[in-house]
Amino acid sequence: MNTVAIKELLYKMADDQLILGHRNSEWTGFGPLLEEDIAFSSMAQDKVGQSYALYQLLHQLGEQEPDTVAFTRNANQFHNCQLVELPNGEYDFSLIRHFLFDTAEAARFELLTRSSYEPLALLARKIRGELRYHTLHANTWIKQLGTANEESIARLQRALGEAFPYALGIFEHSPFEAELIQNGVFAGEAALQDIWYDRVRTVLAETALQLPDRDHVNPAFGGRMGKHTEHLQPLVEEMSAVFRIDPTAEW
Amino acid sequence: MVTTFSIEQIRTWLEEVKDPEIPVLSLVDLGVITHIEGSERSVRVEMTPTFVGCPAMEYMRAEVIACLQKHGVEEPTVEINFREPWSSDKISDKGKAALKKYGLAPPPDNRLFTDLEVLERAVCPRCESDNTELKTPFGPTLCRAIYYCHSCREAFEQFKPV
Repeated sequence: MNTVAIKELLYKMADDQLILGHRNSEWTGFGPLLEEDIAFSSMAQDKVGQSYALYQLLHQLGEQEPDTVAFTRNANQFHNCQLVELPNGEYDFSLIRHFLFDTAEAARFELLTRSSYEPLALLARKIRGELRYHTLHANTWIKQLGTANEESIARLQRALGEAFPYALGIFEHSPFEAELIQNGVFAGEAALQDIWYDRVRTVLAETALQLPDRDHVNPAFGGRMGKHTEHLQPLVEEMSAVFRIDPTAEW
Repeated sequence: MVTTFSIEQIRTWLEEVKDPEIPVLSLVDLGVITHIEGSERSVRVEMTPTFVGCPAMEYMRAEVIACLQKHGVEEPTVEINFREPWSSDKISDKGKAALKKYGLAPPPDNRLFTDLEVLERAVCPRCESDNTELKTPFGPTLCRAIYYCHSCREAFEQFKPV
């Protein structure tokens, strides 16, 4: 099997988890209520841990150690989608992003439980159960605030409009798309997007929120190829500050 | 004299190693020890994390090695993998009883767990009431959720079904 294709898949997944994990951790101490502070902090810990496990798989395929990979690259060497690097904004934007991204991520890992690449299938079977708590959390709050009052609905609708083109960017096609599908490694971004759209629509149908029509929105592509917004480089610098000062430090 | 370590013997020793966050629960009862191999002089143990991001994994690995060395194993090795992924069903009955005694509601049977709605029906470990409410699926550690019991009017935690 073509390891270049598998590495490309692993890198974009690992980078998504690491960068969104870092953004989630920025809510620590700032959540609108204590339970939300703990929820975003816990999801941060899950996501960073999951990225570590994915970087370990890359390491087994000959890439550098997880810490080296995570802390020594510049923004243009990251393969995450642009959605995860955007600043947290207000709670409404963070919640919408969490809902759109984690719905896709949960579906991605479900598909990967059947991957012909055994190490990834094993990891996916484990992570799938953990992500159910993330989607439960997102769906609960979207349903609650998406029906609560005029302000909460207007705020979420605006955030949904802002985040939606970036959410479509999750599914940017890889140069190895056909190969990954043919070899049974992954069902592919197009198949994933269909599952995602369906699930997002089902949850939003229980709210007053309007889902944008995906055929009439230009996706924010580029992240998978290392093209990022101005927001990623400062994040990477902050995330790797300790490592860059002393790569041998233990903390 | 050449000794061969038996699996039962090693398992008994590992009962001494407790979950660092829940000191009444051994790693054996927690279900994270997935494979044990004993031979002359050496012992090989496989472990798997409860949650992929569990920060206690390295600590537990070191504790397992220290425990085996204490019992005279010269070359213990521990491998962490996902070959046999952990689920909350792997907690033994003895482990579940220990959790409850410790004040943590044990996880419900994961085989019945097709929908997260099961989370709404935790039984209070103090008063046995099921008149309880999930406050948040995230708690002080990745493996715990926070509930409120309307009968005894106390918050409590549950070990999450996964």
